[in-house]
Amino acid sequence: MYTNIMIPVDLAHVADLGKALDTGADLARHYGARICYVGVTAATPSAVAHNPAEFQQKLESFATEQGVKHGITTMAKAAISHDPAVDLDSTLLKTADEIGADLIVVASHIPGLKEYIWPSNGGALAGHATASVFVVRL
Amino acid sequence: MTDETTAPGIPEPEGASAIIDTEYNIGQDNVEGQVGPFGFDIHNPVFMISSLSIAFFVFYALVFRDQASDFFTGVDAAAVAGCEAGAFCDLGLRSFLTSNFDWFFLSAANVFVLFCLLLIVTPLGAVRLGGTDATPDYTYIGWFAMLFAAGMGIGLMFFGVLEPVYYFGTPWGDQPLGAVRPFAEDGTLIEANIEEARRMALAATIFHWGLHPWAIYAVVALSLALFSYNKGLPLTIRSAFYPIFGERVWGWTGHIIDTLAVFATLFGLATSLGFGAQQANAGLEYVYGIPNNTTVQVLLITAITAIALVSVVRGLDGGVKVLSEINMVIAALLLLFVLFAAGALGILSGFFGGLLAYAQEIVPLSNPVGREDTGYVQGWTAFYWAWWISWSPFVGMFIARVSRGRTVREFVICVLLIPSLVCILWMATFGGAAIEQVINDPAGSAVKAQVIDSYNPPISLFAMLEGLPWSAITSTIGIVLVIVFFVTSSDSGSLVIDTITAGGKVDAPLPQRVFWCTFEGAVAIVLLLGGGLGALQAMVISTGLPFTIILLLMCWAIFKGLQDERRKI
Repeated sequence: MYTNIMIPVDLAHVADLGKALDTGADLARHYGARICYVGVTAATPSAVAHNPAEFQQKLESFATEQGVKHGITTMAKAAISHDPAVDLDSTLLKTADEIGADLIVVASHIPGLKEYIWPSNGGALAGHATASVFVVRL
Repeated sequence: MTDETTAPGIPEPEGASAIIDTEYNIGQDNVEGQVGPFGFDIHNPVFMISSLSIAFFVFYALVFRDQASDFFTGVDAAAVAGCEAGAFCDLGLRSFLTSNFDWFFLSAANVFVLFCLLLIVTPLGAVRLGGTDATPDYTYIGWFAMLFAAGMGIGLMFFGVLEPVYYFGTPWGDQPLGAVRPFAEDGTLIEANIEEARRMALAATIFHWGLHPWAIYAVVALSLALFSYNKGLPLTIRSAFYPIFGERVWGWTGHIIDTLAVFATLFGLATSLGFGAQQANAGLEYVYGIPNNTTVQVLLITAITAIALVSVVRGLDGGVKVLSEINMVIAALLLLFVLFAAGALGILSGFFGGLLAYAQEIVPLSNPVGREDTGYVQGWTAFYWAWWISWSPFVGMFIARVSRGRTVREFVICVLLIPSLVCILWMATFGGAAIEQVINDPAGSAVKAQVIDSYNPPISLFAMLEGLPWSAITSTIGIVLVIVFFVTSSDSGSLVIDTITAGGKVDAPLPQRVFWCTFEGAVAIVLLLGGGLGALQAMVISTGLPFTIILLLMCWAIFKGLQDERRKI
């Protein structure tokens, strides 16, 4: 049913993603799908990487590691955004179309008061993506 | 963070570049957490120190208002026992600095211009920001609109008419280079002096808005862009000092540099916001008769901050960039209107005349020693240089943020030469049209009444527009432009302060930017209501002196950094 699963990852907070990563991997095994891990970064140095090339490199080794751990086919895609604090959702949506994802598995915290002002990333993806979206609560 | 960070070395960005391998991880000193529903991610000492000291200084400026004002702007020496004319107590910190260190400000600014011109012609100019294969993030138009709006937009509105007319007819004896006055003692025109006075007025104005200020911005912007895009250091002011202080920039040395930058940016913005509200209000009163009082001004600041907040939430591409482009279109329309309404031929010849006069007079005007026109050098030039320098962390950092992918040569040409040309055109148009009005009808000219007969700076632009057709419409456009330029400054300022106080992280949670934007507006309102705007602005300008030294060090750091890049290519 699904061939191309996208999982947005924040390399600075990988520890929080365990459940979503496992869910995605289980689905990938079940459907024989490939997972593409997508990370969004600015061109300026960040906590994760000194430049976009290093970011891509780290994302790739993360994807390889996940592939070995779960026995699935994986790839990595780094998306560059001018202002990730604001453009994260739109960058993820654009990337989902670019890589032709048919399912997005995204981790999302339990919504609270803040979501009345700013929707969560998971919520925004579910609201606008053309692909199916599986929102995994942390 | 995962463990595979121990890969051998840091990969180069796009193409060759000389990475600086430091033990410091961006964000290692940051504190992450939640306040209510909102997350934050701030640099530990810098955020706390800067926000607390800002609160402290606002408190100081309010509670000890007179003392602060005396210290920064001076007292009336004649009325105070024990204070001699020309002593520190008479001048205040600001004038003390501009009158005793004018030679230093002028020399330093000359160094920056020469340094930038050298970068254009030497092979160092071939270095590309972001690595040899990097591609520009923004088109020329979008890039140019942003650097211009952040750099000086609002100043052009305020000084475009004021400054040329002031130099043309000043009765206060501070003519640039001691130029002739076109008015006799009884106020009649002296035909023979008009041409020379006009020429000097344009040259002296262009001098303050041409190569020198943009060279100051270019130095700061270039050092930030180079050290973050090519060398992998965080996008914050301290990174430019890595070649000088080494690993110490991550400690207190760096904390102090960053805190100073936040300080200058926030107070610069807040005081400008206050004065901008006063100018917009003066315009509204002049054109529409809306009362000129603090209530209206507080409403204006609130409205400006509210629009800025919308823009902040829309981010760099959806907010600042769009606003900057709107600014550029409106400003271009106003410029074209004045150009044609006041006689395009005359003004265009004024433009080339101004350009020629600037070229002829730039050397004597920038001469730092042995000047006799102290009113001009100390009251205007040294003040301007200190002002541009204290604004440079803000504007420079913003320019750096949007300039990845340009070569150093392209960068310097576009940041130095093109904005200078636009400023010259602007000054020649607005100043030229205003001077023309003064010459044609000295008695009936509103500009002369507001600038020379009584000194009323915020009105000058509207007084000039009054002398042209459709003044109700164009003045309204002028007011809108003042407001939109302020929104842009407030927005890009929040972006810059947030990045510095997040230790160079550009992806810190959005509520932080909202906090800084609101804080700016709040500081402006408090100072407007309680007084103290003038004292604080004087204080911001006083930070120009330490920053001048910082900028001179930056030139050296850029030179070293670019040499390393050249070796890698």
